Amino acid sequence: MRITLLPSLLVASLLAGPSLAHAANTLVYCSEASPAGFDPAQYTSGTEFDASAETVFNRLVQFERGGTTLVPGLAERWDVSEDGKTYTFYLRRGVKFHTTDYFKPTREFNADDVLFTFQRMLDKNHPFRTAYPSEFPYFSDMGLNKNIARIEKKDDYTVVFTLNQTDAAFASDLAMSFASIQSAEYADQLLKTGKAAEINQRPIGTGPFVFSRYQKDAVIRYKGNQDYWKPEDVKLDNLIFAITTDAATRLQKLKANECQVSGYPRPADIAEMKQDPALKVLQQPGFNLGYFAYNVTHPPLDQLAVRQALDMAINKKAILDVVYQGNGQLATNALPPAQWSYDQTIKDAPYDPEKAKALLKQAGIKKGTEISLWAMPVVRASNPNARLSAQMVQSDWAKIGIKANIVSYEWGEYIKRARQGEHDVMIYGWTGDNGDPDNWLGVLYSCDAVNGSNYSKWCDPAYDALIKQAKVSNDRDERIRLYQQAQHLLKAAVPITPIAHSIVYQPMRHNVQGFKISPFGLSAFYGVSLAE
Amino acid sequence: MFSFIARRLGLLIPTFFGVTLLTFSLIRLIPGDPVEVMMGERRVDPQMHAEALHRLGLDKPLYQQYFDYLGNLAHGNLGQSLVTRDNVWHEFTTLFPATMELALCAMIFATVLGLLAGVIAALKRGSLLDHGVMGISLTGFSMPIFWWGLILIMFFSVRLGWTPVSGRLDLLYDIEPKTGFMLIDTLLSDEEGAFVDALHHLILPSIVLGTIPLAVIARMTRSAMLEVLREDYVRTARAKGLSPARVVFVHALRNALIPVLTVLGLQVGSLLAGAVLTETIFSWPGVGKWLIDAIARRDYPVVQNGILLIATLVIIVNFVVDILYGLANPRIRHQR
Repeated sequence: MRITLLPSLLVASLLAGPSLAHAANTLVYCSEASPAGFDPAQYTSGTEFDASAETVFNRLVQFERGGTTLVPGLAERWDVSEDGKTYTFYLRRGVKFHTTDYFKPTREFNADDVLFTFQRMLDKNHPFRTAYPSEFPYFSDMGLNKNIARIEKKDDYTVVFTLNQTDAAFASDLAMSFASIQSAEYADQLLKTGKAAEINQRPIGTGPFVFSRYQKDAVIRYKGNQDYWKPEDVKLDNLIFAITTDAATRLQKLKANECQVSGYPRPADIAEMKQDPALKVLQQPGFNLGYFAYNVTHPPLDQLAVRQALDMAINKKAILDVVYQGNGQLATNALPPAQWSYDQTIKDAPYDPEKAKALLKQAGIKKGTEISLWAMPVVRASNPNARLSAQMVQSDWAKIGIKANIVSYEWGEYIKRARQGEHDVMIYGWTGDNGDPDNWLGVLYSCDAVNGSNYSKWCDPAYDALIKQAKVSNDRDERIRLYQQAQHLLKAAVPITPIAHSIVYQPMRHNVQGFKISPFGLSAFYGVSLAE
Repeated sequence: MFSFIARRLGLLIPTFFGVTLLTFSLIRLIPGDPVEVMMGERRVDPQMHAEALHRLGLDKPLYQQYFDYLGNLAHGNLGQSLVTRDNVWHEFTTLFPATMELALCAMIFATVLGLLAGVIAALKRGSLLDHGVMGISLTGFSMPIFWWGLILIMFFSVRLGWTPVSGRLDLLYDIEPKTGFMLIDTLLSDEEGAFVDALHHLILPSIVLGTIPLAVIARMTRSAMLEVLREDYVRTARAKGLSPARVVFVHALRNALIPVLTVLGLQVGSLLAGAVLTETIFSWPGVGKWLIDAIARRDYPVVQNGILLIATLVIIVNFVVDILYGLANPRIRHQR
C-alpha cells in the first residue's frame, strides 16, 4: 500500500494541472540571483539594487524612468550655489515611510532621515555604524566620502550639502541607488532593540513597494504601497521576484507564464523570444561600451603608431556580427551616443590592414612581435563573449604580423592584475552609473583613475585639464564644449579601441504595460501594470 | 561490539579534521577575497579594503584564522555568512529541508522504478526487454543532468503544461515555512490545493535527480537477482510449487536486496552532488545552490561550514551503515 500511494498521488496531481491561475494584479519577475541584502548603500550590483533601491526606496533626486534625466524624488527641488559647492534640497512633505509588521512609523519623512542616511556613510564613528559595521563602496567610489564637507539641517524640510570641491555630477550621484533614503526612526528602533543588522534584512523605505517577505534563494515578496506619494506609479497589488539563476529556466518560465518579466536574457535566446506570440521583447541601445584598452606604459604600445596600427587592423564589423550576433551598434567614441556631450563628429580610422602593416614597419616593429591580450572571463552587457572577441582580434592582428597571446583569469583576479597594469591589451566594458559624462571620460580615462579603472594607464595633462575644468563647471554648454574637446584628444591618442554598444533586451509577456528599460541596467516596476 | 564502534568513532576524528583543513585551504586557494568580489568592477579603495578585511577577521595570519575557526567549531559556533551576515547554521537549517525533501522523493522514485526494472530485466534475461531496460538505464546513467532537466521542462512544462517549470510552490500561495518541508508545510496550512501543487513541483526535479541512482539501482538489482535466482533455495522454492511471484519477491528479491541496500547508502553522496545541478535548473532553494553561490562570492564561513555539515551527514550515514553491517555480519565486526 505504501508503495502504491505515492505513484497514485503523483499521477493524480499530474493530471490535475496547475491549480491556480495568476491573479491579474500580481506581477512575477524572474530575477537572476539572490540579493545579498536589502540595504542599497552596502552594495554595487543590480541584483541588490533591483530588490531594494528600485522597489522599497526613493532618493532625494531620481533618474526619470527609463532615462538619465534627473527628476525630483524626495526633494521637490534643489538649488546650487554660484560656486557650485553648496546644494540646498527642499524636501517633499507628506511622504510616509512603510508600515509593516516590524515597524510602524510615528512621523513622516523629514530632514532627519536625510541626515541619518548620509551621516552613516560619512562618519565612521556614527552610532549605527558602530553597532553594525559596514562599508559603503559605491559612496566612496564616487568620491563622496571625501568631497562632502558637511550636511546640515536648516529646518525639517531643508537640507544643505556643502562640498569641498565643485562637482557638477553631485546631484546625479545622489540619484544613484546607493543614496536611497533610510528612515532615521526605524534605525533608532533597531539600535534600541539591538537589531541594527536588520536594516539589511527587513528594509523600510518610502518607495512604491513595501517589503513583505524574503524566502532565501527562492522568492521576494512586495506589496504595492497604497500610501505612496506618487500614487499613479503604483499599479500592482503584489510584486514577486522569483529567483531563477539559470537563464534557460528563466526563458521557459516566461513562456509558461510563470513569470511575466524576465531579467538578463541570453543573446542566443532573443530570436526565439521574438517569435513567440505570447512574448514581446523591448530593446534599446545600451548605455554601455565594450572596448580594448592598450596599456600605454608597455612597449611597444607606448608608441602611438603601434596603437593606431592595431586599431585599424581590427575588423569591428565582424566582431559585431559574430560576438554580438548583430545585437549591437558599432562604437567609434569613448562613451555611448545616449550620453549628453557625445561628439557625433568623431570617426573611426577605416579598417585597413595594409596601412596598419606599413605603420608597424615605420615604427620598427618586427614581424612576430608578441603581446598579451586579456579576455574577461565573464559575460557583460558590454561584451557577451570576450574570449571570442579576443580570438577574432588575435587572427586580425596575426595578419599584420603581431602575435597576440590570449590570457584570462578568474574575474576578481583579472581586475586586480589589470589594475596593477600587468596586461598589454585588455578587453573591458562599462555601463554608465549616473548619466554624467565624467562617469565615462573621468572614471575611465583620466590621470586620477590610472590606478583605478583607467586600464590604458594613459595620462595626458591636456586631456586631464579639460576633464577637470568640465567637472567643476555648472554651465552645461561649457561642459559639453570641454568634453567634446577631450573626446577629440582621446580619439587621436588611441588609448582604446571602442568596439560596440550592445543592445539591451528586456523580454516580457504581452500583457505587461508601461515597462521601461533602464539605461543603468536596473529593473524597476513602478508605473508598470498588467492588462486583463 | 563496543570496541568495533569505538574503532569506527576513532576514525571519524581524523576524517572530520581532514574536512575542515581541506575546505579551509581550498576556498582560500581561489583567487580574490570576499571584499574584492563584492566590489565587482568597482575600484577597491585600499583603505576600505583593509578595514573590511579587518572587520571580517581576514587580515590575521592563515594559521590563526584556522585555529579561530576550530575554536568556534568547538563552541558550536559556525559563524556568520560574510555576505548576508546571517548565522550559517540558520541558513543551513532553512535550506536543508528543501534539499532533503527533493533527495527523498528522488530516492523513492529511483528505488521503486529501479527495483522494478532490475527484477524484470533479470527475469527476462537476454530478451529484448532486458536489453531495452539495461540500455535505457545506461543512457540514464550517462545523461547530463542539465540537458535532461531542460528537455523535461520544455516538453512537460512548456509544451504540455502538465508540470510547473521550477520552484517549490506556485508563487500565489504565500505559506509561512514551519518545517521547511513544503509537503508538510502545505498540509499544515489552510491553503486549499497547496499540497497537490507542492507535489506537482516535485515531479520533474525528482525524476531528474533520481535518474542516475535509478540506473545504478536497476543494474545492481539485475545482477544481484541473477545471482540469487541461481541459488539452490530458489530452485527448492520453485520445486515446492510456490507461485512465481512468491518465489521472486519473497525468496529471491529479499536476498538480492542486501547488495542493493549498500548501493542505496552510497547514493546519498551522489544525490547531494547531483542536487547542486538539479537545484540550479529548477530554482530549488536548497543547500547545493547555496554552496555554489557562496563559492562564487568567496563566503568563507558558508563554504567551510556548509561543506562540513554535509560531510558530517555523509560520515554519519556511513557510520550507521558500518554499525549495521557489523551487527549483521560478525566477520566485519571482528576484522582489524
